[in-house]
Amino acid sequence: MENVYLPFEKPLVELSNRIQALKELPNSEDYKTEILRLEKTANRLKEQLYTNLTPYQKVQIARHIKRPYTLDYLKIWQAEFIELHGDRHYADDSAIIGGFATIDDKKLMLIGHQKGRTLQERTFRNFAMANPEGYRKALRLMKLAEKMRLPVLCMVDTPGAYPGIGAEERGQAEAIAVNLREMALIKVPIIISVIGEGGSGGALGIGVGNRILMLEHSIYSVISPEGCAAILFRDQAKVEDSANALKLTAQSLLKLGVIDEIIAEPLGGAHNDWQTTADNLKKSILKNLKHLSHLEGSVLSKQRIDKFLSMGEFSEPYL
Amino acid sequence: MANWFDSPGKPSIKTSTKADIPDGLWAKCDNCNEVFYQKVIEENLWTCPECKFHFRISSRQYMSFLLDEGKFTKEIGRTLIPKDPLEFIDTQPYPKRIGDMQKKTGINEACIAGEGSISGHPVIMSLLDFSCIGGSMGSVVGEKVARVFKRGIQNRCPVITVNASGGARMQEGILSLMQMAKTSAIAGVFAREGLIYISIFTDPTMAGVMASYASLGDIIISEPNALAGFAGPRVIKQTIREELPVGFQRAEFLQKHGFIDIISSRKNLRELLVKILSYVSIQ
Ligand SMILES: [Zn+2]
Repeated sequence: MENVYLPFEKPLVELSNRIQALKELPNSEDYKTEILRLEKTANRLKEQLYTNLTPYQKVQIARHIKRPYTLDYLKIWQAEFIELHGDRHYADDSAIIGGFATIDDKKLMLIGHQKGRTLQERTFRNFAMANPEGYRKALRLMKLAEKMRLPVLCMVDTPGAYPGIGAEERGQAEAIAVNLREMALIKVPIIISVIGEGGSGGALGIGVGNRILMLEHSIYSVISPEGCAAILFRDQAKVEDSANALKLTAQSLLKLGVIDEIIAEPLGGAHNDWQTTADNLKKSILKNLKHLSHLEGSVLSKQRIDKFLSMGEFSEPYL
Repeated sequence: MANWFDSPGKPSIKTSTKADIPDGLWAKCDNCNEVFYQKVIEENLWTCPECKFHFRISSRQYMSFLLDEGKFTKEIGRTLIPKDPLEFIDTQPYPKRIGDMQKKTGINEACIAGEGSISGHPVIMSLLDFSCIGGSMGSVVGEKVARVFKRGIQNRCPVITVNASGGARMQEGILSLMQMAKTSAIAGVFAREGLIYISIFTDPTMAGVMASYASLGDIIISEPNALAGFAGPRVIKQTIREELPVGFQRAEFLQKHGFIDIISSRKNLRELLVKILSYVSIQ
């Protein structure tokens, strides 16, 4: 795959190009110290860029076309995956995949948004924007997992639920609402990991879990910064201001008490090193599953309900 | 989620005093242009006597004809007030937006909740006010709705929600999104207890409210022509680049697609609820 660079990575790209050019010279040996020096500079610059990312830069990383998607992780983990299709009512939604998975020795039900990279894949996956069938399939599989006493792992990566005529006709709102209600009650562990974009109700529709993990540069928000700029700021150019105001980074969400854990990404972001990202993610998932595995079903459900009931900030002065 | 929909040219009631009738307060229906005595409109529960258009009204107005004595016997979460967890500033700071709204509407927040009765049938009820930041659901609305279901469980009593909302309160960011999970989770606990929940849609019931507790009613009733859906019509139009069908996302459309039990005019609503509640055996 061709390298894709984000606007803020431009100085880094220029450096890498220079290093590459020097390396390709027939007498590159003569430039050994120069190459070493430039490589050091590049690393420092990368560190500088990636430890001071603005919220909007994180938005761009979270949407990076080279960022690993759900199926990429399964491949890297060399996980067994038996995909199960369809909502048993209307269709199979390829924006959300689900099925039995074995990660290391751990058997579970995996559900995840699935993005595409090529034009054909993206169209097939509908840009990971699910229709009601996707949410209904997800719930069907979670109930199956409950019956089989398998833990559930949901991988969240969507711009949002699909806004279309058919989606409304078939009850997009109802499908998401039912998932929110039923996921709270399910009696097996549910772990959520936000791996890219957590787009509003479309993300939350498979996002009610005992533990909510987020990759370091992923985002989770009630509305996209673009939508927020247009609607609240009344200025489509104010995307960066919107991204700041929405507090949509993993770091902000941890402070707000909405998520439980941030999973480190390698320097340069997940898109630059799939293997390390996948290792870190797997480690965190398995660790959290282990913590939950000894809890009884009713306790797991109660823990999940209490977790979400406690969300929100208000004051209640006595009058 | 937070698809605040805006509807330019939405019919409204305009009040004006006419010189030739000194004490007469008049109201004009923007939908059919007919002019009526304000009192006639009120007696008609803020619907147009001519074209039957249902005007948007406040939660207090709604309570006035739905509940016995027109009010709660006990309010729930009366002193709850919003905070500004994100220190959110768009065209103005969020606290200023709230302050202005409170001054304008005379209410604390978009939701009022409490215990009451309808023709003697006890109910726990929440109502939203669209005039308060678009009836949007932030932490206070979410907490009040959650307490309504909790009180329903405590009292073994049916819950009724009257909804009017553009969606999530975006100024509270992710915390507003989480109110969807919060209200739906407690609605699930309530349902597991075998208790009955009636959800009422008024214009509009959208996005974050529609994709959470509002859609979870055992019985779903809507005012005619109320807009109800997940994504705002404008967003859908931009996405699919097509004209939307006539009546799209209106109550009649939703009923045709199987998502609404009964469409009832505001004038018949109380009587309908009394009848339905008579089927809900003492829980
Ligand atoms: Zn009229």
